[in-house]
Amino acid sequence: MQMKLSEAIKILNAKVVCGEEKLDSEIGYAFASDLMSDVLTLDTNNLLLITGLANLQTIRTAEMSDIQFIIFCRNKKVNEEMLVLADENQLVVLECAYSMFKTCGLLFQHGIQPLY
Amino acid sequence: MHFTFDIEGGNFSKAGFASSEIKKILKQLNVDPKIIKRIVVALYEAEVNVVAHAYKGKITVDIDTEKIKVILADEGPGIPDIDLAMQKGYSTASAEVREMGFGAGMGLPNIKNNADELHIRSKVGIGTEVEIINYLG
Repeated sequence: MQMKLSEAIKILNAKVVCGEEKLDSEIGYAFASDLMSDVLTLDTNNLLLITGLANLQTIRTAEMSDIQFIIFCRNKKVNEEMLVLADENQLVVLECAYSMFKTCGLLFQHGIQPLY
Repeated sequence: MHFTFDIEGGNFSKAGFASSEIKKILKQLNVDPKIIKRIVVALYEAEVNVVAHAYKGKITVDIDTEKIKVILADEGPGIPDIDLAMQKGYSTASAEVREMGFGAGMGLPNIKNNADELHIRSKVGIGTEVEIINYLG
């Protein structure tokens, strides 16, 4: 099952921080973690990264892992430095106010699959 | 091709800059994206380690048609027991490092998984040298 990012945005009542032109992209999988070393162990890159860790290293981790889509949950905000780097790497970055559990739960309920 | 980059210990806003530059170079050289990912994940973890643990460091990169060799040499506390440091879950990282999303004792095992060859030399009180080799074919 694939879901357009635009649909995920509706489900999560999320805000688009950057990458507006890519909202037609489809996702089938998601991975949730605040530990970037965990994210760096993944060998899949076509996924949505759900995290509450909002700092520059989150964007760097996505860059190194070839992950294109990130959603910051728990109302965490993207700062200017993060935005510049995300833009440079053509990432889609979203923010939502829901907890990580609720974010994961809603996406799972709508058919998004875990990696393992 | 030969490149060098300086790393500042403790400066997390710059951590990953060198790895990012090397990724751009490898992309320009049309290296297989799967190989690029292995190299840059190993390198990024190693770069974060230098920022997290050392006072300063230098990255030396040599690329030829066959392989990429990266040496990260730092001035820092060194690693007293490399075998222990290689164990998943063992970490001496500070709270600040953990706040950055690292410091769970996964860095060195992650580097090992993504490197074709990994050599670590360390002297306590002097520094550590991490050598990562990946083959491009």
